[in-house]
Amino acid sequence: MEILWVILFPLCGGIVMALFGKHRLAPELNSAMSLLTLISAGVLTWRVIEHGSFTALDEEFFVDAFNVFLVALTAFVGFTTSLFSRPYMRIEQHHGKLSANMLRLYYSMYQLFCFTMLLALLTNNMGILWVAMEAATLTTVLLVSLYRTPASLEAAWKYFILCGVGIAQALFGTILLYFAAERLLGANGTALLWTHLNQVKGQLEPTVLSLAFVFLLVGYGTKVGLAPLHNWLPDAHAEGPTPVSAVLSGLLLNVALYAVVRSKVLVDGALGTHFAGNLMMGFGLLSVVMAAFFLSRQKDVKRMFAYSSIEHMGLMTFAFGMGGAVATFAALLHMTVHCLTKSAIFFAVGHAAQKSGSQIMEQIRGLIKTSPTVGWGLSLGTLAILGMPPFGVFTSEFLILVTTMHTYPWITPVLLLALGVAFAAIFSRMQVMVFGETTGQRLPHPPALVPTFVHLGLVLMLGVYVPPYLAQWYHQAAALIG
Amino acid sequence: MTHIPFTGQLINMCASLLLLIAFAMLSQRRVLSLVHLFAMQGLILAFSTTVVAYSSHQSHLYFSAGLTLVLKGIILPVILHKLVRRLDILWDVETLFNIPTIMLVGLALVVFAFNLAAPISHMAGTITRSTLGVAMASVLLSFLMMITRSKAVPQVVGFLAMENGLFFAATSATYGMPMVVELGIALDVLIAMFILGIFFFQIRVAFDSLDLKHMEQLKDD
Amino acid sequence: MKITDLLFQLVQNTVLLVAAPLLPGWISQCRAWLQNRNGAGVLQPYRMLLKLFHKDAVLADQASVLFRVMPYVLFSCMWLAVALVPVLVTGLPLAPAVDVIGLVGIFALARMFISLAAMDVGTAFGSMGARREMLVGFLAEPALLMVLFTASTISHSTSLTTIVETLAQQHFVLYPSMTFAAVAFVMVLLAENARIPVDNPATHLELTMIHEAMILEYSARHLALVEWAGALKMLAYMTLGIALFVPYGIAAPGDWSALPLAVVLLVLKLALAGAGLALIETLSAKMRIFRVPEFMGTAFLFAVLGLLTHFLLEAA
Repeated sequence: MEILWVILFPLCGGIVMALFGKHRLAPELNSAMSLLTLISAGVLTWRVIEHGSFTALDEEFFVDAFNVFLVALTAFVGFTTSLFSRPYMRIEQHHGKLSANMLRLYYSMYQLFCFTMLLALLTNNMGILWVAMEAATLTTVLLVSLYRTPASLEAAWKYFILCGVGIAQALFGTILLYFAAERLLGANGTALLWTHLNQVKGQLEPTVLSLAFVFLLVGYGTKVGLAPLHNWLPDAHAEGPTPVSAVLSGLLLNVALYAVVRSKVLVDGALGTHFAGNLMMGFGLLSVVMAAFFLSRQKDVKRMFAYSSIEHMGLMTFAFGMGGAVATFAALLHMTVHCLTKSAIFFAVGHAAQKSGSQIMEQIRGLIKTSPTVGWGLSLGTLAILGMPPFGVFTSEFLILVTTMHTYPWITPVLLLALGVAFAAIFSRMQVMVFGETTGQRLPHPPALVPTFVHLGLVLMLGVYVPPYLAQWYHQAAALIG
Repeated sequence: MTHIPFTGQLINMCASLLLLIAFAMLSQRRVLSLVHLFAMQGLILAFSTTVVAYSSHQSHLYFSAGLTLVLKGIILPVILHKLVRRLDILWDVETLFNIPTIMLVGLALVVFAFNLAAPISHMAGTITRSTLGVAMASVLLSFLMMITRSKAVPQVVGFLAMENGLFFAATSATYGMPMVVELGIALDVLIAMFILGIFFFQIRVAFDSLDLKHMEQLKDD
Repeated sequence: MKITDLLFQLVQNTVLLVAAPLLPGWISQCRAWLQNRNGAGVLQPYRMLLKLFHKDAVLADQASVLFRVMPYVLFSCMWLAVALVPVLVTGLPLAPAVDVIGLVGIFALARMFISLAAMDVGTAFGSMGARREMLVGFLAEPALLMVLFTASTISHSTSLTTIVETLAQQHFVLYPSMTFAAVAFVMVLLAENARIPVDNPATHLELTMIHEAMILEYSARHLALVEWAGALKMLAYMTLGIALFVPYGIAAPGDWSALPLAVVLLVLKLALAGAGLALIETLSAKMRIFRVPEFMGTAFLFAVLGLLTHFLLEAA
């Protein structure tokens, strides 16, 4: 029942916001809907802590150690982002960039996006997972083109076509998966249920499954932003409104990776080889290296952090591909901390860009003087994402590097080099943006940076202390993923 | 040769017609004809699904055949047609270079798809199993079509045609996906169509054209 | 071999030879109707042939033997081709003489002669026409071969008799591969018989003509033979198409009772094919000569696809 609430609240939110999105208090209403989602997600999480994983509604939905923390995370970031977008969108409206109609669209689509994310996480049905991922593209594509500028339309079009094509490959993978499963589980509706598939994964036809995984990886991998299918990602991040960039990086990429990993579990079971892991490692490594070198050439601050997202998603994919208890644990932790840190950074970046009236880094200067909170948020967030101790990113990256050193020592220098290049690129840019000379003006609405500091606080906490039930989930999920 | 039942032959016939349409789309320059080809594809798809339903006694397939007929044979083409009319590109002709090369690449893709599908179709127990290669080929051909086009509407037709190919793959390999999933996919496609429709107008307002060659602002070199 | 078979073969060949000019006449008549004209009647080709045979031949000073021999060679090739295709019954005495590949060879021989003769006199148009003919031919021939191979793989034989017997006289099977082959064959037919959209038989526009450019120097009986050969070629292609794609009704060897029906069906099919051709010609526009390779490439592609679909869908 809790599962249903978690999904129904954002769905209702989408309808409510479509009706009342033009109201003066619409931003507050939006946050309230997200809060309801967060509360129901909290109840769901508490239930899982108490009773362990379970399925619901004819086994169509399920929660286990792997998706429960992602549900909580998604609902949490969904809520904090709605808090952030409250002043942010008001400022955008004040600047005349958005009309009331566009705002209504934004709120409605934002809620529906959260709905698709939670549906994708909670569904037990691989087919519905696909439907939810496709729906996520559809809801965000209108958000990316919200400003209706040529650049944003271009970004949205690219996003739509690339992800549309990519996700079509995933559908083909799903069809192949169903084809393999139907022979074991029969043609009734259960042949796409993940829990059922997981039970018979050892008997699934290996040739079909390996082919299916290639398609699933390419398909969902496009949404993860894996190179060379990442083209849409920087554009969509840079041209959409900042809250959308935050949820794209924080939620969508995570959920897409979640879909890949769910498929990997089945394929590993069927093949008994490291085929899926090798593929993921290859794509992941390529993404890390490619993103690191593109990072250093960016001029747009949101683009730069978008490439940083590609880098980190690549790192996670690599870690999941490597497998083993430690690497998977680290990848799960990295999923959590990257999501929190990156959305925090985008919150700060959003206000910084509003302040300077530009997203070009050369024109963002001296944040620490004009608005210390934004400056501090950005510098702390950047330090966190760059993997400085004691933030959580350090822990997870350290664990990933250690495992790499242990199992694939020859990859370690490549990873270190890429991380180093990324570090140098981001750190030098951040310094000027935060500490440079400035002539900035004040914002018409006070920025809301509480979410940033809450996120960073959580990342800091995860760096030094992982709560026991979370650690237990990570361990269980790592055992499941293998 | 003679042990393929007549319904199976009919389905094979539909499959090859779909392949023919995929190639015709690849080389079709006129936007309006593309929409007509797309509608034809939907109708053939619905017909072949009905035949599959009849021969395999899978009653849920009748439903999905009906869904296909309504959605892909009627609603989507009508929407596309209206869009094309409203956008005033009824007689738009796209310049395509090197059609023979595109066709040859398409041929290579067909061979590739057939090879890829061969081991899988040997495993399938459906009477439609041999059409899986055709389904895969038409997916790849639609993909090729999207790559070779620079205008928005043909790209979208390619996108929808790819979805048709996937649907055909689902019916031919497994007698269709579970109903929930099929409904979800249909809903997604319909919403996508609406969003794209809105998009066409926005793009035209912003770029004064539906030619995507104008979109080259965002580049990382 | 029975004497009746031999006799029938002789009668059939003579009838087809005499009746061949009816086909272009019928096509032009259909075109006229489709274009809201009265038309010259189906007998117009005969009138033209009669007129040409009564004229005195004019030969260029530089013309060699080749130039004079060509009409006769062309005419014989086409007559032979018509005789080889099973039109009414299978298993006639001439049938084992040559298989489908040989048939394509006969067409190629005719093409070689007509191109050489066109260049023989040394006029600009003749050479240009020959060059264009080769451009069409080198793409059309492989496409035609591929179409025939598709039919051959289905019936496991390159003999036309066996192909027709497999397709027509066993129980009815739908061959998806033949759909592709049929599309390719129609395209080849259009190109090989100098019809729109590849060539326009009705005009002598220097920029576009192919076939007409090659025979520009011919007159009188030579031209008559060339024209007649053209009618025979059209007939050969159409009967070949009928034999491959709609062979239903062609009688089995020695089954004389089925013959009347076979004759009626043949006339009906030819009439329909002619009308269809006229329709295609009316609906399409002549394409630029540089687009012809594209057109023929598409034909070849369809033929190959036919073969591929055969292996995928029917070989199970």
